[in-house]
Amino acid sequence: MTDGYRDHPVRSYVLTGGRAHPSRNTLRPETLLSAVDDGRELPVGAGRHERALLETCRGTLALAELAAYLRLPTSLVAVLASDLVDAGYLAIRSPQAYDLPGVDLLEEVLDGLRRS
Amino acid sequence: MVSAGPEPAPDDSVLLDPASLHLAPTVERSVKVLVVGAYGVGKTTLIGAVSEIPVLSTEETITAASIGVDPRLGEKTTTTVAMDFGRVTVGGTTALYLFGTPGQKRFWDLWAGLAEGAVGALVVVDTRRLEESFEVLDQLEEHTALPVTVVVNEFPDAPRHATDAVRAALDLPPDTPVVAGDLRERRQAVEALQALVAHAVRLARAGRAA
Repeated sequence: MTDGYRDHPVRSYVLTGGRAHPSRNTLRPETLLSAVDDGRELPVGAGRHERALLETCRGTLALAELAAYLRLPTSLVAVLASDLVDAGYLAIRSPQAYDLPGVDLLEEVLDGLRRS
Repeated sequence: MVSAGPEPAPDDSVLLDPASLHLAPTVERSVKVLVVGAYGVGKTTLIGAVSEIPVLSTEETITAASIGVDPRLGEKTTTTVAMDFGRVTVGGTTALYLFGTPGQKRFWDLWAGLAEGAVGALVVVDTRRLEESFEVLDQLEEHTALPVTVVVNEFPDAPRHATDAVRAALDLPPDTPVVAGDLRERRQAVEALQALVAHAVRLARAGRAA
């Protein structure tokens, strides 16, 4: 197993094979993500899926949208995205929601729908 | 122009131009609604009518433990199921995602994860096949505490049922909203969504008061 050696900031797609769960459980299909625009390049060894993910995510998109555009299952993209977040290449744009949406947010959504 | 066609590119590269599909920079949070129903009742029609982007689809892999595989054999059968979804930005700051998912018991694996943190579930029904909705409603009641609203998709050739008759036939609790509309029409699809969110607001207020 080479996966125990955590020196590489981004592990390749092949190495995600054995892991069914992302490194953090906070990424949901609707979690908003965007690439960190600090000019830092992915390491040479990064996989094509990671590159495609960051390329696609130059603006804000939800995890599920990324999966659809990359034509990969959401569960797999969650693993890739988690690694890229941990390595600082990808940022989570939406607040980390652990609970149900609150009354205030629901009322704003309802108001927005009525005006749409 | 971009295309959301299902054919993968030969070189597996990104086909779409995501730049035109990115959320506005003002959007800072997201919420989701589940659109649940039996096959062919109009889930994707509703999502497409509301969505500001072409309806997207992902192929999700689920373990099919409930399709009759004996778990004692230790065999895990997996199956893939397509999940259609769309998005609408509300109030300039919030992205509302609509995830369409088949409601049958055997797909529970897929939408168990989806249900977490959802505003609620919009259950689409076809009056010609109401019996197919029982399992969907049972699953929601059994496994989630999600606010539920039933929307009758008024197909042009389907008999019109009063929403009260649908409520009685589905044995719904008195406070569960039942609405009806031609879900191809954006206005009517949005009104169904509003009914669900209004119901969620009422329940959240009641919960906070309690």
